[in-house]
Parts: sequence; C-alpha cells; structure tokens
Amino acid sequence: MLRYVVRRLVMLLGIVVVISIGSFYLIHLLPGDPAAVILGTGDTPANRAILYKQLGLDRPMVVQYFIWLRNILHGNFGISFISQTSVASTIRAALPIDLELILLSQILAFAAAIPLAMRSARKPDGFVDRILGAGSFTLLSIPPFIIIVLLVLVISIKLGIPNTGPSSYVSLGTDWIVNLESLTLPAITLAIGSFVLYYRVLRSDLIATLQEEFITVARSKGISRRRIMWRHAFRPSSVALLGSAGVNIGGLLASGFVVEYLLAIPGLGYTLIAAINASDYLLVQGIVLVVSVGVVVINFFFDFVINIVDPRISRE
Amino acid sequence: MSETLDDLGVLERPEASTPLGWLFWVCVGWLGLNVLAAIFANVLPLVDPLYQNYNVVNAGPSLHHLLGTDDLGRDIFSRIVFGSRVSIAVGVGAMAIGFGIGAPLGMMAAYRRGRFDTIVTTVMYVFLAFPAIVAVIAVLSFWTPRSLLKIILVIGLASVPLVYRVIRTATMAIATKDYVIAAKVQGATDRRILIKELLPNIAPIGVSFLLIGIATVVTLEGALAFLGLSVNPPTPSWGNMINESRTVMSQNPWLVLFPSLALCLFLLCLNFIGDRLRSHFDVTEVKL
Repeated sequence: MLRYVVRRLVMLLGIVVVISIGSFYLIHLLPGDPAAVILGTGDTPANRAILYKQLGLDRPMVVQYFIWLRNILHGNFGISFISQTSVASTIRAALPIDLELILLSQILAFAAAIPLAMRSARKPDGFVDRILGAGSFTLLSIPPFIIIVLLVLVISIKLGIPNTGPSSYVSLGTDWIVNLESLTLPAITLAIGSFVLYYRVLRSDLIATLQEEFITVARSKGISRRRIMWRHAFRPSSVALLGSAGVNIGGLLASGFVVEYLLAIPGLGYTLIAAINASDYLLVQGIVLVVSVGVVVINFFFDFVINIVDPRISRE
Repeated sequence: MSETLDDLGVLERPEASTPLGWLFWVCVGWLGLNVLAAIFANVLPLVDPLYQNYNVVNAGPSLHHLLGTDDLGRDIFSRIVFGSRVSIAVGVGAMAIGFGIGAPLGMMAAYRRGRFDTIVTTVMYVFLAFPAIVAVIAVLSFWTPRSLLKIILVIGLASVPLVYRVIRTATMAIATKDYVIAAKVQGATDRRILIKELLPNIAPIGVSFLLIGIATVVTLEGALAFLGLSVNPPTPSWGNMINESRTVMSQNPWLVLFPSLALCLFLLCLNFIGDRLRSHFDVTEVKL
C-alpha cells in the first residue's frame, strides 16, 4: 500500500511539473511581444518594469520558468494589468463558488444514480431498465450548454420562477436561500451529465456482482433483497463508479464554465471567459494552472479512495 | 490451410451478434443527409446564411423560411445547414489527427511491447491525467487569432492520448490470439502482421470509438463556440447560433430550439451508431 502511494505521488509530481511548464509556456503562444499584449492599455514604462521583474521576460526561457515558478510557489500569481488586482485574490474569491456548485451537482447525481441503478440491476432488460437505459442514452447526447439554455427558457422565462435566471447569483454569506435558488439550475445541468455516467457504470457493475456466488449464498440465507443490494453488492460494485467520478471532474469543470458564463455566476469559469475577452492573460494563466492542478489532485484523491474500497488494486 | 481447419470445426466460430436494427439505419441515413448537406451547402437552393432581411425579423417557421428567421432576419434553416460545416469539419478533422497519430502509436506499442511501449505509454498517461478540456481552452485563448484550422489542430492533438489508450488496449487483446502467433511462426513480417492481421480486427473497435469521439469533439466545439472561443461570428456554427439566440430567447424560442435540435439529433445518431457497432462486434473487453 505504502509503495503504491509513493509511486502514485511521484507520478502526481511529474504531472504537476508538466502542467506548470505548459501553463508557463502559454504566455509565449501570444502573437508578437508578450509584454505588450499582457499590458494592453496599461503599457507604461513603470508597468513594463514590474512585469519584467515578475516574469523575467528579458532573460532566457529556462530562467524565466524558474522565476515564474518561484513566484507561483510563494502564492504570487502576478498582478492583472487590466483590473489592477492581484490574480491570486481574484482566484481565491471565485474558487469557492465552483466548489459549492460541483458539490451540489454531485449530491444530486449520486442521489439519483444509486437508487435508479439498483432498481435497473434488479431486473436487467426489464421494463424499468429499458426506459432508464433509453432515457439516459438520450440525455447523454444533450450537451450541457443546451440543457442550461432550455432550463432557463422554461423555468426562469416561461414559468417566471424568481432567482433562477441570469445574474441572480448572490453569495452564500449574503442570503443562503437565494444563493441556493440561483445555483439550482446550474447544479441540475451539471448533475445530468454526471448522473448518466454514474447510472450506467453502477448498473453494469451491479448486474455483474449480483451474479457472484456470495450473493447467492446471502440470498439462500434469507437476507432481504434491499439489504443484499446495499450491504453486499454495493461496495464491490462501486470501484468503477468512484473511478468515473474522479475522471468526471475535468468534464464537470468545463460544463461548469459554460453554465457560469450563461448565468453570470462569478466562479472560475465566468472569470476565465471574462478574462479571455478582456485579454487579461495573467489571470487566464493563473486560472488554468489552478484548475489543472486541482483536477489532477482530485483524481489522485479518488485513486486513493478506490484503494481503500478495494485494497486488491494496490497489490497488482 | 485455414479453410480445412474451418471445415473441421476446429476454429472458433464467432457467436451470433446482436442485430443492428432499423433504428441504426435511420441514424446512418440522417448522418449521411447531414454530411451531404454540409458538403453541398453552396450548391443547394439556400438563402445566403449571412443575408439580413429586415422585413422578416424573428419570424416563425413558414414556406419562405422553413425554420423561421433570427433577430437579424437571417434564415435559420440555411444557417443550420451552413453551421453544420463547422461542427462536422472540427469533428472529422480533429479525430483524423487523433487517430492519425494515436492509432499507429498504440498498435506499435501493443505489438512491440518492451521499452518503446513503456516510454510512450508513460508519456501518454501523463498527458491523459491533464484535463484536456482546460488545456484546449487555455491554448485557444492564447493562440490568437483563432481559426478553424487551429481549433481542429488543438482538439486533435488533445485527443491523441485517449485514442492511443483505446487502440493500445484493443491491440493487446488481439496480439496474443492464436492466429497472430500462427502468422508470426509462419515468418510473416511485422508490417504484414500489423496491417493484415491486427488492423482488420481492431477496426470495429476503432470505428465505434471514432464515432463516439466525433460526437465528443462536436460537443466540445459547441461549448467553445458558446464561450466565444470557436470560429468568429457572423460565420454560423451550431454552438454560436445557440449562444447568440440567448439574448432574444423570450421573444423567439425557435431560435434556440432549432439549432439545439439539429445538434442533439446529430450527436444522438453518432452515439447510437457507435454504441450499436460496439455491441454488434461484442467488444466488451475494451472499455471505451
């Protein structure tokens, strides 16, 4: 187990290094003089001096990377020359909104996927299973940006339910009820994609598990169907479910960007798109770095949890 | 040689597979229609997708405008047909790059094994851990000005590790089969084994994954267009049509519904065909 964790940690470190090099190099994809593009309208000699000190743009590329990396490791993501605020503080303000949104969506997705997958697995190819199968397959083909647009069209515009439309977001601290109301449609949108994935993965694993001998033994002992499902079949069937939940995080963030953008929820996605449109490249770079590293660390965490659920994996 | 063995019933007969069904062919037909319309959009008797007719703004479906007009008086049907060009070009182009690089590498790695496999697989897994969508957004936002070609290139390269993994796993399952070993014993060259023995057998898995891959890329392009990171307006694409229609959604819901419907049907057909092919060829051991 320990060897496995150490090996994974080394791999994680390697990936983070690659991510940092990739994020660093983004600046040099900019056409022309990167300093001029980053500074935009704030291209004064004074600002230029600050930027050069921050990024070491007059130095060789390798030196630039280490200057940049040292700053990042000290929590210094630079100052946005467009909004005159520190990139780190902007990210710190936006990040909790994404976490709340993702958490809400995952609660919804699991709450729907687990019982429905169990219901389907009880009678594979039965009526309920077929309906759920066709339904989940159809949902799979509806992109999140269409789901959110249609939800807004029907719920907020046609039905006129308050606090669900664009720009109705208020922070959790201000009014938690309005906050939850404004996050309802985005959370549902994100939950739908995850639900389809979790439902399909858990269903097929449950069907496989239910054919194992220990289930037959449990059944012959007269244990109730519900208890067999939850206590005997669920845990061995949940490995792939956890795996897909980990992998799903990346896609979830991208869908999150879209719904935030549409509803003007000031999370990382909205901030990112706003920064791209304002040519605020240091902010874009900072968000890309934080999000990428976050996704990789979350994946690592899920790997770890899978090991606890099924210790056989680390012994491979 | 193989015929005599076959007659003796020594060779394994493939089990009867699930039939494709009529819905499969409906989907194939619909996709074919979409692709033909996209290719011949210039020749078809369509209104110019950029022509703004201010006499009919936000009109519903009618004989003159089959699916109505948008807030600038442009014909929605024509824009959907022309918009499909972007989606199809990005989907097919990106997957061509992904498969062009990922598939040969995956086959080689699975067949050769050894150090080549170890190195390439490690590199690919590092990139696989990278959130590809975030990387695509990041590169496209910095690498300005954006063009269709850049979008295809970036998404295509981002898909390489995924294609590599699928093809490598599929090839590994087949590379140890008896007929491959038999070919090797007979002294067939590596090149011949790869092309004549392995390729035809991983093709069904490849095609099935290719279709689902195209669906994923088309969705991604839609999301990018929605975020304003794909081709620039006024060039129509399904994603930016949906995005532009948001502002007039309450007056003219058709404007949202039709491009959304076009996109969803397109994706549904791709996913359905991919899924059917996969169960038809019974390739359950390879997780896509």
